Amino acid sequence: MRRPRIATPTVSSDPRAPVSITVNGERVEREVSVRMLLSDFLRHELGLTGTHVGCEHGVCGACTVLIDGVAGRSCLTFAVQASGHEVRTIESLASEDGALHPVQEAFQECHALQCGYCTPGMIMNIVGMFEEGRPLDLSDEGIRLALSGNLCRCTGYQNIVAAVRKAAETMPAG
Amino acid sequence: MKPALFEYSAPKTVAEAVALLSHDPGAVVLAGGQSLVPAMNLRLASPSHLVDIQHIDGLRGIRVEDGRIVVPAMTRHRELELSDAVHAANPVIREAMAHVAHVPIRNRGTVVGSLCHADAAAEMPMVLVLTRGSVVAEGPGGRRTIAAEDFFQFHMTTAREPGEMIVEAHFPVLPEGAGAAFDEFTRRHGDYAIAAVGAIVGFDAAGRARDVSIAACGIGSKPMRLREAEALIAGTPVGEADLAAAGEAARAAVSAPDDMHATTAYRRRVVATLVRRVVGRAAQRAGKGR
Repeated sequence: MRRPRIATPTVSSDPRAPVSITVNGERVEREVSVRMLLSDFLRHELGLTGTHVGCEHGVCGACTVLIDGVAGRSCLTFAVQASGHEVRTIESLASEDGALHPVQEAFQECHALQCGYCTPGMIMNIVGMFEEGRPLDLSDEGIRLALSGNLCRCTGYQNIVAAVRKAAETMPAG
Repeated sequence: MKPALFEYSAPKTVAEAVALLSHDPGAVVLAGGQSLVPAMNLRLASPSHLVDIQHIDGLRGIRVEDGRIVVPAMTRHRELELSDAVHAANPVIREAMAHVAHVPIRNRGTVVGSLCHADAAAEMPMVLVLTRGSVVAEGPGGRRTIAAEDFFQFHMTTAREPGEMIVEAHFPVLPEGAGAAFDEFTRRHGDYAIAAVGAIVGFDAAGRARDVSIAACGIGSKPMRLREAEALIAGTPVGEADLAAAGEAARAAVSAPDDMHATTAYRRRVVATLVRRVVGRAAQRAGKGR
């Protein structure tokens, strides 16, 4: 016997809000679900898939971007929270002609990545650290501490530590 | 994983925020979101309404005044950590802050948010207890100050009433001449502590300890002062035997059950060791024996 179908709602109950975010120097305006994470906003609304999504609860660091110039987790920020703010992603680093940012260059030279999944988050965290302009502790321990919020399952970190040190030579803090 | 549905508001004043919170018992404040959003992503929390307080005027700007550090609700961890005025007023804050998650989390997370989240193993709630600080709540009934020890009631449970919003935290400055120290034990840097201990120790003219405050987190259902250990240190020259006795006394304060990280017996040993080390370090920093 056939049961009558339950009427499905035609209007989503998911509240939406307008957002206006400056992403990589360009102002973007969208209307999005208020529960949309900034990581999903970057990837799905803007197609900026360089920002990776790993654990989605702030542990792995793959989704790290710069929010108002400082490193933050895009998976722990709602897009609505970023409205009116400035966000920079890995896509902003290389110049138009394809020349790599010194940190990207150092990662390439030192073979600081294998699968590359954690790399954008690593690099944005490191760039944020350099741009903070505070003196950096370039001892192994100091670099490992700075990278402690970014997990890598491939490299064993050795070459990432080397890449940060190399980048620091070409890109002194401040 | 993605958060469940919720309503979102971004009020411009504390009064509006309080009205929104009072209207809906399922509403919660969104500040930095570094504890709330992971809980929502994992669907451990599904508030019906988020009240984003970042656009409210007057919730920024740390002040050191009247013997205390005033930390408004939108103050990020990193801002408190890097403030030289705060470090001069009470160096235990920067020392403890180095153990709070990682820099990218501290860049976004707020101090008052961490206090309101009230994880029993979190560092900043313990520092508020250690320094004998307080929080200021704004609610439909007006403004009230809540002492740290009254504020933290249980793991993730505070004395904040529904409809109230914590607008600032007050961390007292270090007593004149006193020393302070903080240390913790974790499996990985940035994790919540298996146990953490903070201490403040001063000395009178005769070289006897006074202004003694010792607190711990990770060992029970909330951050707590270790009163027996405090009593065993106060009035002594803080020698090796005094430190050992205080450490032994602190064992009894551990009530956390065995978990995947440590057994209760192990935590007792960790706390005893930390008390000995941290209180000793605080005493040294107070200039003992100088």
